[in-house]
Amino acid sequence: MKEILERINQQFNCIGHEFQPENLSWVQVDKKQLVPLLSYLKHTEKFTHFVLLTAVDWIENNEFQLNYLLTNHTLHQDIAIRVMISRDEAEMETAHHLWQQIATYQREIYEMYGIDFPSSPRVHESFLLEGWDGIPPMRREFDTKKYSEETFFPRPRPEGKDPQTHMKQKLYPNEE
Amino acid sequence: MSEETKHNNQPENTEETNKFPKAHLQKRTVYSPDGEKIEVDPLQDYYLQDRPERRDPRYRAVEKFLNWARSESLWILGFGTGCGSIELPPLTTPRFDAFRFGIAMRPTPRQSNLFIISGYLSIKTLKRAIRSYEQMPDPKYVVALGSCTINGGMYFDSYNTINRLDKYMPVDVYIAGCMPRPEALIAGFNKLKQKIKEGRAEGANEYVQRFDEYKANQKQIIKDWNMPDYNW
Repeated sequence: MKEILERINQQFNCIGHEFQPENLSWVQVDKKQLVPLLSYLKHTEKFTHFVLLTAVDWIENNEFQLNYLLTNHTLHQDIAIRVMISRDEAEMETAHHLWQQIATYQREIYEMYGIDFPSSPRVHESFLLEGWDGIPPMRREFDTKKYSEETFFPRPRPEGKDPQTHMKQKLYPNEE
Repeated sequence: MSEETKHNNQPENTEETNKFPKAHLQKRTVYSPDGEKIEVDPLQDYYLQDRPERRDPRYRAVEKFLNWARSESLWILGFGTGCGSIELPPLTTPRFDAFRFGIAMRPTPRQSNLFIISGYLSIKTLKRAIRSYEQMPDPKYVVALGSCTINGGMYFDSYNTINRLDKYMPVDVYIAGCMPRPEALIAGFNKLKQKIKEGRAEGANEYVQRFDEYKANQKQIIKDWNMPDYNW
């Protein structure tokens, strides 16, 4: 696996890589080099199985992280490619020409995080959330509890014993 | 069908329907293999055109007998919405044997009179649940299963699951628990039976009476309302 990573490093100028468990290694690349790297891994290094595509919202750094996970079944090795993109222009090149199922992940990420994948098939159609018109719900600036309280008629707590004080008095009187 | 009713079936608020356009919901003309011309309007329910009407008991003695008969044949709509739907299949096994209470599972809303909302309801599922509820024939009952239908349960702060079911459809019996065991379900059915026999299970009439309120609540959260609006 180290040899593969060295070869990737020579060609694609990785920002960094690390080994997590034995079979999984992380590679961070620049936004523009992602699709050539995926294509290289698929066709030359035989990472033929695309496992998943996920996103993470790093609101403190004003960045989105995209993770592409690939598997090579002959070497029993996984490789995860990490791409950081800016939150202000949340847009990424589509990779659905390499694996068709990426288009579905991209639809989901567009709906949940608002990361656009231009020219990905049906990416702007509503997918999981029918008729959602607010900010994408998995973005960290979206306050889901506040939204739920405003929208879904929270049932007020019944009058009577407060469970916390009741437990403290009756069940655990000696504990702090 | 006359021109007038056809006109009324169009959704009033065209802006709202055009907000999320879908090709398969558009009105269109198709041709059968024989060349027959058929006009299709998917947003029209040909079996349920009218606003629901109130059903009043006519004779008290007859109604009492009918209520007894209704309580002895509760047919469940087999629509599992959340994780509680996994508690329903054991009811029909020999161990719990719900058939001895006259409870049977049916595959379609038009054959059933008991709707079990089994667990949390996302907005997407709520849309289907409302459609199914409206298609059920008239004396109809709703049993809400699990704490998710009462106050949201562990999804109280979720952005797409509702907190209180009784804002969107009338509920006869709540069965608390996360999840309730099949024994608790049978206890709930017995409670519902008792309620029906006493003539207090009037959920369908309540839905008619407070129809506009329920519709307003439903449309407030279901923004992509691509269901038939019937005639109201």
